[in-house]
Amino acid sequence: MSTALVTDLTIFVLALLVGIEVIGKVPATLHTPLMSATNSIHGIVLVGALLIGVTAHTVVGYILAFVAAVFASANVVGGYVVTERMLKMFRRKPQPQPQVQAQPKPELDGKSRS
Amino acid sequence: MSGFTGGIQLVYVLAAALFVIGLHLMNSPATARRGNQVSLAGMMIAIAATLVLMIHDGTVTGAGWIVLISGTLIGSAIGLYAARTVQMTAMPQLVSAFNSVGGGAAALVAIYSYIESESNAGGVLGTTTVFTLLDVIIGAVTFSGSIIAAGKLQGLVPSQPIIIKGGRAINVGLAVVAIGTAAYMLTTASLPALLIVVLASLGFGVMMVLPIGGADMPVVISLLNAFTGTAVAMAGFVIANWALIVAGALVGASGSILTKLMADAMNRSLANIILGGFGTGDSAVAIEAAADAHIRPIAADDAAIQLAYASKVIIVPGYGLAAAQAQHGVAELAKTLEDRGIEVSYAIHPVAGRMPGHMNVLLAEANVPYPQLREMDEINPEFARADVALVIGANDVTNPAARRPGNEISGMPILDVDQAKSIIVIKRSMGHGYAGIDNELYTDPKTSMYFADAKKAMADLTAAVKTLVG
Repeated sequence: MSTALVTDLTIFVLALLVGIEVIGKVPATLHTPLMSATNSIHGIVLVGALLIGVTAHTVVGYILAFVAAVFASANVVGGYVVTERMLKMFRRKPQPQPQVQAQPKPELDGKSRS
Repeated sequence: MSGFTGGIQLVYVLAAALFVIGLHLMNSPATARRGNQVSLAGMMIAIAATLVLMIHDGTVTGAGWIVLISGTLIGSAIGLYAARTVQMTAMPQLVSAFNSVGGGAAALVAIYSYIESESNAGGVLGTTTVFTLLDVIIGAVTFSGSIIAAGKLQGLVPSQPIIIKGGRAINVGLAVVAIGTAAYMLTTASLPALLIVVLASLGFGVMMVLPIGGADMPVVISLLNAFTGTAVAMAGFVIANWALIVAGALVGASGSILTKLMADAMNRSLANIILGGFGTGDSAVAIEAAADAHIRPIAADDAAIQLAYASKVIIVPGYGLAAAQAQHGVAELAKTLEDRGIEVSYAIHPVAGRMPGHMNVLLAEANVPYPQLREMDEINPEFARADVALVIGANDVTNPAARRPGNEISGMPILDVDQAKSIIVIKRSMGHGYAGIDNELYTDPKTSMYFADAKKAMADLTAAVKTLVG
């Protein structure tokens, strides 16, 4: 087993452990955005698709590079855009009506409860 | 490693670190958006470094640039269009589609590296590593499996479990062919063998997802997400790129954690889900006449009275809410009730909907503040204090039968809806839940059944409450 491979494996295992540690704490509210965010992160495969182009010089190579580039860039661009769109909705919006806040009771008790 | 490539590799490490920090910021809704931006910065750095490397190498042919640039532009346009136009209710399909293309691209990277070493060395294939083959297998399984999953979620493929006679034998056969041929390729270079591995893996992906029912989708999507991550990490081994290895490992870890959370929330093992579910998720089966006797139907006006004079209401959303696109309606109803000083909260079961956190994202779209969305363990003790529990399109996750041994859903953690003082269930029909068993909640003397489409029901209830209170 080459040194390079051992290094790669070490990085892989450590990254897995970091991932488990970091992601284990994400609240259920954010599970869909989390999945969408990790979805965009695996779009990093675009780097792999681009690197095909470094050596590609046959028709088959070009076709594979093209399809991989289409797939990976759709993944990356779509992933980030949709995650951003989703997370925007989780932002606390400036509310014209204070009733829609998390704890509506105190300020409303004097109102129309009869 | 020359100074230049070493420098590029360091930039990849920086990108990987930004991915970790980005995911860390996802721990809170307040910082999640910044997390996504940090992760995006990492992605841009990694891609920029790759472009610098490609230009520095100077080996990319003119045709190569054209192919890469046009491919990237087309892919970006597709991704952008899909992400901009998708309905929030269709989010599970989109996530599944991204899993598919990500896994597909990872498999293509490995396939290319295999073929390329052949064309360079005059017909002799280069050393095939375990990682190349794992990448091809996992990537191809993810690609086809995710397409089927997305098709089921979109309704293009029936969401019922599709049981093919001898399907399990076909599955085992395909797995044996894929792995066996891959093992052969470790010692003998062969392009036809590669083709067999690809085809068998694609077939396995289809056969794996077809028998899985709609309500198990949260588990399946999480699992395919983990697969994609693993495939990308394997691609990282193939092209010796740390950014891919780290990013893939992170996604693999995240997908695995979610898979386990979802499977636990259904009290089912992963093997049980993969090997085929019971019953279906969506079909409305007519209930036996005997059970009709115990059911109390209710009209909008009566339901509105109960709601309007309650002081604490807990809303229990399920897949029916997403299917009917009733998220804005329910938010409107909740706001009307809150304007009367009624305490409203939402009880979210971990597997409600078709993907992890599905209900949360729908309600967030309807501007429901996230502190009102309460997780199962947190809300369960509060049902006893609730005057009304309003169940909208949720079924099995509310069935008290889960507390008893000896049925399909025994041991599944449920929302304690039956503890509420009264219960209103909004449903299109008396269909069974996914597990195909009767929901004892519906025959509870405290329960009223309001048969309607969730979206229409929300509008009618809101109107009725407004009329009541002037």
